[in-house]
Amino acid sequence: MDAAGLTVRYGEVLALDGASLQLHPSRICGLVGMNGSGKSTLFKAIMGLVKPEAGTVRINGGTPAQARKSAAIGYVPQSEDVDWSFPVSVHDVVMMGRYGHMGFTRRPARADKLAVAEALERVELTGYAHRQIGQLSGGQKKRAFVARGIAQGASVLLLDEPFAGVDKRSEATITRLLREQAAAGAAILVSTHDLHALPALADEAVLLMQKVLMHGDPHTVLRPQNLALAFGLDVLGRNDDS
Amino acid sequence: MNLLDIIIEPLGYGFMANALATAVTAAAVCAVLSCWLVLIGWSLMGDAVSHAVLPGVVLAYMFSVPFAIGALLFGFLAVGLIGAVRDTSRIKEDAAIGIVFSTLFALGLVLISVTPSETDLGHIIFGNLLGVSKAEVLQILILGALALAALLLWRRDFTLYAFDATHAHAIGLNPRLLGAALLGLLALTSVVALQAVGVILVVAMLIIPGATAHLLTDRFGRMLLIAPAISVACSVIGLYASYYLDTASGGMIVLVQGAVFALVYLFAPAQGLLGRRIFAAARRRRTLEMDARAPEGAGIGR
Repeated sequence: MDAAGLTVRYGEVLALDGASLQLHPSRICGLVGMNGSGKSTLFKAIMGLVKPEAGTVRINGGTPAQARKSAAIGYVPQSEDVDWSFPVSVHDVVMMGRYGHMGFTRRPARADKLAVAEALERVELTGYAHRQIGQLSGGQKKRAFVARGIAQGASVLLLDEPFAGVDKRSEATITRLLREQAAAGAAILVSTHDLHALPALADEAVLLMQKVLMHGDPHTVLRPQNLALAFGLDVLGRNDDS
Repeated sequence: MNLLDIIIEPLGYGFMANALATAVTAAAVCAVLSCWLVLIGWSLMGDAVSHAVLPGVVLAYMFSVPFAIGALLFGFLAVGLIGAVRDTSRIKEDAAIGIVFSTLFALGLVLISVTPSETDLGHIIFGNLLGVSKAEVLQILILGALALAALLLWRRDFTLYAFDATHAHAIGLNPRLLGAALLGLLALTSVVALQAVGVILVVAMLIIPGATAHLLTDRFGRMLLIAPAISVACSVIGLYASYYLDTASGGMIVLVQGAVFALVYLFAPAQGLLGRRIFAAARRRRTLEMDARAPEGAGIGR
């Protein structure tokens, strides 16, 4: 995935200002930035959900539209963006990951059912398959959506705050699953506020503040003086917020 | 008079048979569509589109083209105008909906007032179940069958769209197209229901069945069965009640729907306001009885 010089504007608000980012197969990239730094917009731009004013996105050498058609992009939404009272089961949600592989009536074939069963097994939700999606714990909900991405077989996996409201055990499970998906060749982008857990999860980290301030080894990126840049703290005592 | 006579006697009149066919068709199609509308949060949109088709239907009558074409045109016009007002001004969506649909509805009323016609176009507003002709029944059946077939054929895509439009987009589906298709089907369905309950009450048929079913099940597939089953039953009961009580048939059907919703809202097993307490209490009693009946020492192994 190669995003170059993305600029996105919502009316007066400049959400992204020439942001460039490359994701590589078999690597997990942690996306760090404060609220309003453009993380969600970056996800949307990669998926082609917002049209950037400037800049391009290439995925697996093709356009985002081609990548979407080949079901290459998997997305795990933020919890706030999901209607948890919606009458679908865990199994239904994971099956939605297979829709890109099906005919237009989305009737599941044997391969689809197998992929769903296998994905549920891997996220340890087999016993919960027929629960309504809202009747899971916070961590189980996230795992259900990760299973959707696994069943889809996405080669680019985008996760928006997968660790928010998640217990330790689920966090460990999700981290392990993402490491496994990366080992199998997926390029993974994870936005997170959980900075302590980042080095254990990610191969690299990105500081976002409308543009990419820094992209490199998680330990380096997470140094206090670097974080201060992204979170707008003035550690050096300069006063330039006029 | 026994129950069978009560049911069969009115059907001896041709107009009652036509009314029943119309009511049942409209109820079934509207109810299936309503499952998606209530889950997407498009109840107001349903209200808007079903009112806004009025001028389209009147114009279609004036130019002798099928009602469905006029309705589709004005349904999309309404949605387009609502989107334009919302996106290009500081007016919020609910206000935009209110402005657009009431203005288009008013245009329909004005058009009716200047249209000379042998059939009373006022019937479109309040519905005229008992005056539906055989030809109209046929048209309603065909339109209803088309709308129902489209909804069921693409049901999985519509459900994905309602649940997670972002994912739909990410896997190469076109959420805008799916949304537009649902709105088009909404306009078509409104035409089907016009004859039954009239423009003003169509919205009840488009919201209440889906909302009622949502309180009764956690499975979308079951909602798609429960909603039309309830809605059809309500329409039949409402129609018979209006026959014997000599009241407005459209109004009666919606009253029954509302009453059934109220019952479900109160007494549904898992979601009902009182229902969940009653069932929880019953469950507690059962476990207590089982514990009391269990022989001494049976609990040790647990």
